[in-house]
Amino acid sequence: MNQHQDDVILRVENLKKYFPIHRGVFQRHVGDVKAVDGISFDVYRGETLGLVGESGCGKTTTGRTIIRLYDPTAGHVYFEGTDMATLHGSQLRQMRRRMQMVFQDPYASLSPRMKVAGIVGEPLEVHHAAQGREKRERVAELLDLVGLDPAYMSRYPHEFSGGQRQRIGLARALALNPDLIICDEPISSLDVSIQAQVVNLLEDLQQELDLTYIFIAHDLSMVRHISDRVAVMYLGKIVELTDRDTLYENPLHPYTQALLSAVPIPDPFIEEERQRVILEGDLPSPSSPPRGCNFSTRCPLAKEVCFQEEPELIPIERGHYAACHLVEPSQRPEERVDITEAFEDRT
Amino acid sequence: MSDQSSNNKILEINDLTTRFYTEEGVVHAVNGISYSVKEGEILGVVGESGCGKSVHALSIMGLIPDPPGRIEKGEVWFGGRNLLDLSDQEMREIRGAEIAMVFQDPMTSLNPVFTVGFQITEALKLHLGMNDKIARNRAEELLDMVGIPEARQRLDDYPYQFSGGMRQRAMIAMALSCDPSILIADEPTTSLDVTIQAQIVDLVNRLRDKLGMTVIWITHDLGVVAGMAHRVNVMYAGSIIERGTVKEIYANPHHPYTLGLLGSLPRLDEPPATKLYSIRGEPLDLLGLPSGCPFAPRCDYSVEQCLTQMPPLEPIDEEDRETEHLAACWEKERVGNQ
Repeated sequence: MNQHQDDVILRVENLKKYFPIHRGVFQRHVGDVKAVDGISFDVYRGETLGLVGESGCGKTTTGRTIIRLYDPTAGHVYFEGTDMATLHGSQLRQMRRRMQMVFQDPYASLSPRMKVAGIVGEPLEVHHAAQGREKRERVAELLDLVGLDPAYMSRYPHEFSGGQRQRIGLARALALNPDLIICDEPISSLDVSIQAQVVNLLEDLQQELDLTYIFIAHDLSMVRHISDRVAVMYLGKIVELTDRDTLYENPLHPYTQALLSAVPIPDPFIEEERQRVILEGDLPSPSSPPRGCNFSTRCPLAKEVCFQEEPELIPIERGHYAACHLVEPSQRPEERVDITEAFEDRT
Repeated sequence: MSDQSSNNKILEINDLTTRFYTEEGVVHAVNGISYSVKEGEILGVVGESGCGKSVHALSIMGLIPDPPGRIEKGEVWFGGRNLLDLSDQEMREIRGAEIAMVFQDPMTSLNPVFTVGFQITEALKLHLGMNDKIARNRAEELLDMVGIPEARQRLDDYPYQFSGGMRQRAMIAMALSCDPSILIADEPTTSLDVTIQAQIVDLVNRLRDKLGMTVIWITHDLGVVAGMAHRVNVMYAGSIIERGTVKEIYANPHHPYTLGLLGSLPRLDEPPATKLYSIRGEPLDLLGLPSGCPFAPRCDYSVEQCLTQMPPLEPIDEEDRETEHLAACWEKERVGNQ
């Protein structure tokens, strides 16, 4: 795809989003849900950055904080050098034209009382981009772009299927010619045969309009298909970040390895031979993350240091970042951690 | 996944047809499906939303709300009896005790105002006539068996104190409480994360080996089925359109829908393709079925005949009547040669 390695469109620096917990009669602040807890990454122009993780890992909160649907607790989001985190009012609105979002649930993200023309045309109106006939023409053009008949303009969302609704949501996101689109699980509520249609559409539009995507999902095989680089999140932090081929061929972090091993492959011959790593337990609560490494409570390889100190996300190889005490830049490939072996030894 | 299934048929379904009479019209949810389940096997039922896979399971269990639903015809043979002929009372004795079901959403299928322990012991007391103390011990055993740590204390927890994976484990424990011979699992891992899904799949596999249960695993996920099922039924628009052993279905699909579904999945073990195959169009709504093959409007292989005549589910090889690999497609030979 047309990515330009040195052209950073979005830089996220030490971003945090805590949701306060209030208790008691006086609504005292007793703690925080640390949904996003200090993450940093760059997004290059024209690429697709995949953000994967299990539910509750903070991937959706990350997307929403970047676009300022939530105000960040700390940290910076630089969009082409401008810090989104400090903008207000009209300045923020101006920046938002450049960044749009496609939401997960195509049933909840479209107003049932508005016609398609109103839904897709609303951004044009809010930003005074087009009115009257011009607006109708633009809406028709957008519907055509996402593969819907422009005649559908006068229908209501309930007349459409899930896949078609997701196309409407995409047309709305494209209305103002954004540079960056944050796709928050855009296909996870769709049927398998429709998922492929929407993913292909996203890829075509990227080519055609030179878009940059942040693609948030929990489906690792789909993320691998669409992304150029992938960041794996666990409990509010990025544990590994690299280009997609390296991530799937040479995952360094034990969590990434376990996650990949848990993904079923639609082939009974391979599944028969496969040794699967089964992680024990559940995700710890983000309001009281464990001391040390967040993954230490489920990691079969955890050592003393993992329970004491928090590992930093550091470059291990060129462009390959991991946050694990057991992974060091100096290691030879055969010294690297392998959760499958550790798991076999244990069982 | 050793093949421990025998050839004894434990459940046999003939021409099962279920419809819903709604204000918009008649929904043809299940349209004359027939199949049998062998004792001890894991049978996968695969299809997209609205293909009738859940409705067919509810029909077997006698849980179709009537009205608006009605089982129009068919037979469900289990233990020498046709379940569709039984009275509500007789069906209640079978449900839970002989055939148990695990539902998709562990968040809503437990009652939030009762403790997990109460909900498990309820079935034990009802079906097996246990007293409080014995039932509680048994419930502890069950929670322990499905891998919930500190089972005794957790019995007094309310569902909200359990995570999604633990709730699904509790649901499975509840389903297993009376040693059913058949477990019907309706999308049991769909709302769970992959690492938790792997735990649940592993659990069901182990329990099947240990207890010798028969499992009907209903899902839209072709990946999960590949790793655990012995045989697979692929459903589309209320009909079974292909059936076979899991290896035959995946290695040698003979229906264009199966072929398309497999093609539209990106796979972790293969280098990424530049473009995913996608089946065009949308699944059919089941108000009024076409006279021909329901997949024809989306099919790349359709011929004249497909639009007028519904193809029967027949062996893929006409010479080999013994084969268990069947497909409902007029062009199955051409599809199979792909």
